[in-house]
Amino acid sequence: MSNIRSRRRLAAVSGGLGLALVLAACASSTPSDNSKAAGSAECAAYKVYGDLSGKSISVYTGIVTPEDKPYMDSYKPFETCTGAKVNYVGDKAFETQILVRAKAGNPPDIAIVPQPGLLQQLVATGAAKAAPQAVADNVDKFWGADWKAYGSAGGKFYAAPSGASVKSMVWYSPKEFKDKGYAIPTTLAELKTLSDTIAATGKKPWCAGIGSGEATGWPVTDWMEDFMLRLSGPDVYDQWVTHKIAFNSAAPTAALDAVGAFLKNDKYVNGGLGDVKSIASTTFQDGGLPILQGTCSLHRQASFYASNFPKGTKVAEDGDVFAFYLPGVQAADHPVLGGGEFNLAFADRPEVQAFQTYLSTDTWANNKAKISSDVTGGGWITANKGLDVANLVNPIDKLSASILQDPKTVFRFDGSDMMPAAVGSNAFWKQATAWIIGQSTKDTVDKIEAAWPKS
Amino acid sequence: MDTSVKILTMLLAILLFVAVVGVMLFIASRAERKGAQFVAYVFLLPSILMLSVGLLYPAVKTIYASFFDAAGNAFIGLGNYHTIFTSSDEITVLRNTVLWVVVTPFVATAIGLVYAILVEGAKAEALAKAMIFLPMAISMVAASIIWKFVYEFRPDQPGVKQIGLLNQVLVWLGGSPQQWILNAPWNTFFLIVVMIWIQAGFAMTILSASIKAIPDDVIEAARLDGVNALGMFRFVTLPMIRPSVIVVLTTIAIGTLKVFDVVRTMTGGNFDTNVVANEFYTQSFRASNAGLGSALAVLLFILVVPIVVYNIRQLRASESR
Repeated sequence: MSNIRSRRRLAAVSGGLGLALVLAACASSTPSDNSKAAGSAECAAYKVYGDLSGKSISVYTGIVTPEDKPYMDSYKPFETCTGAKVNYVGDKAFETQILVRAKAGNPPDIAIVPQPGLLQQLVATGAAKAAPQAVADNVDKFWGADWKAYGSAGGKFYAAPSGASVKSMVWYSPKEFKDKGYAIPTTLAELKTLSDTIAATGKKPWCAGIGSGEATGWPVTDWMEDFMLRLSGPDVYDQWVTHKIAFNSAAPTAALDAVGAFLKNDKYVNGGLGDVKSIASTTFQDGGLPILQGTCSLHRQASFYASNFPKGTKVAEDGDVFAFYLPGVQAADHPVLGGGEFNLAFADRPEVQAFQTYLSTDTWANNKAKISSDVTGGGWITANKGLDVANLVNPIDKLSASILQDPKTVFRFDGSDMMPAAVGSNAFWKQATAWIIGQSTKDTVDKIEAAWPKS
Repeated sequence: MDTSVKILTMLLAILLFVAVVGVMLFIASRAERKGAQFVAYVFLLPSILMLSVGLLYPAVKTIYASFFDAAGNAFIGLGNYHTIFTSSDEITVLRNTVLWVVVTPFVATAIGLVYAILVEGAKAEALAKAMIFLPMAISMVAASIIWKFVYEFRPDQPGVKQIGLLNQVLVWLGGSPQQWILNAPWNTFFLIVVMIWIQAGFAMTILSASIKAIPDDVIEAARLDGVNALGMFRFVTLPMIRPSVIVVLTTIAIGTLKVFDVVRTMTGGNFDTNVVANEFYTQSFRASNAGLGSALAVLLFILVVPIVVYNIRQLRASESR
């Protein structure tokens, strides 16, 4: 008897539980109200996308708060004018999760992919969809061949670029330069002379930090890429990235040695932070802060480093800190190392393609630039040539955008991002870190070469 | 996925669950006359099913994958295992894991045991025990971050103040600050300290309980025989709590073999501090070398199994007493 009663109770409990769960699920999905303003003048540019009421598009990215808000806000004109709803999900574990989701058959509609290498991997899963013609046309118009190639895989064009960053930058204190009469170097030789001049005053000119959790070491890879691009030129750089020349061949070895002349030079580092080894134990966020204390003069880091300075720091040509372009071997050379994100689609529904097209236009680029300027005080640029530099508020953004739009510029993507994961996000970082704390250049390049996947 | 699809999936899952439970109860009620053993098997079925799906299948799949190359396409036999035992970086990983497993359980257990005996019957016993037990309540990642601050380094320059406790103490004593987590192989020991700090409380709790369980007549008999404190520990306490000591040792050893959080949080596996569990994660998910990652996972499994078997045997032995 008691047996049967307990069974009945179990059934009742499980039924009730189920009902509760269903109710909870219902409550969380409130129907979205699309306050449509179709027909107004602002929506004229969005007419081409048609009426997408009731449709929704999911966006998955690694861009989290506070940088996520300008993204969501920049989608709003598209949402109001077409009636579509964009669900933005930012996740710090994006880079591993997106692969898991793509392989498991549960990808988002659009992923904002920060690395061409990851893009290749995602395309290889077979889940990604090629970009529609309208997107390809926009990329031809606003970006150009070098960027388009980075959004392509296996000869097919997949993803339009989104944001961009310029890595070839050296941070300095404009005040110090003015007081001491230092001039901004226009060649690598001048940079070296300037470093020697500062070192002669008893001050360590450079400061650096490469700590970044499990990604510790990546700032060294940026250094090496910058020198590879400068000393051997873009063609050899491409061969190096695609492994047409070995990692331990002459050109990469020379590039790493050239970096060593700065980063492993006791006279040059590590201003305000310790000895050469302290580069490995300092986080990259802290690496350039000694400039503010006056214990360091130069710090090579990308444009995004501007946001690492404490609140109240004036980042401008006449402010507390500013950056100059890391010069080439000759003043006429203008190679730029940078990074950027790409909008990769995993669905080809009309609303997804329409949204993808919107993201590749100059309209979106300017919307995003304006909103970023308002919300986060800048910190976002794109290589989209349709971007009006007047929409940027922040001097460092203006400098970066002008470097990207300079006709002399030869743009190359961060090489480690394009190397196979075994190298680009493992061996290169790890060996670069070991190199800082004492491993020889030869051992370092040999070990990275050995880690390159055979196939 | 759409919300409606999600709800539908969930409804389906609930229905499935209800159906499975119903079918089981039905079979069980039918089977009652066939004898208790059959009923037992029916009730075991779901666990076996879940274990097969959730544990057995992934395990077999991992072992299978460990014989394949990075992309999982070409069969390379024992190639991945060959890499583990020949590549200089992987050998460092193995060496560190051995260091961890040898040092952590013994030191943590020894500290826990000594502490348990020292505070036994002391005035503020509860407070003293709580103090050493507290780290157990902190997550490994939090503990690692705390210790990272303890080891934090600032250069020995005028105007620069130490912010790490250990270096500050060293400076007060007249020394110069050290890069504790940078210099191999000592840095591995500084990481091991974190694990010991966490596990000593666990050892102390279990051992203290079993010390209290030693019958008073045994202790009295020993006292009458004129045993001194050291002899009491050596010939009475230790033999009486031996099963507990072994369980504590093996439990900590298993936990240590799988150590991941401490290394990942404090060094990310850099500076020659990498261990098998962290390397397995790195290879699988960052270097996308599923083959080598699986081989490392299998190796970890092979290393854990004997300890688990020994642990279970000892548990049974102590229960049957």
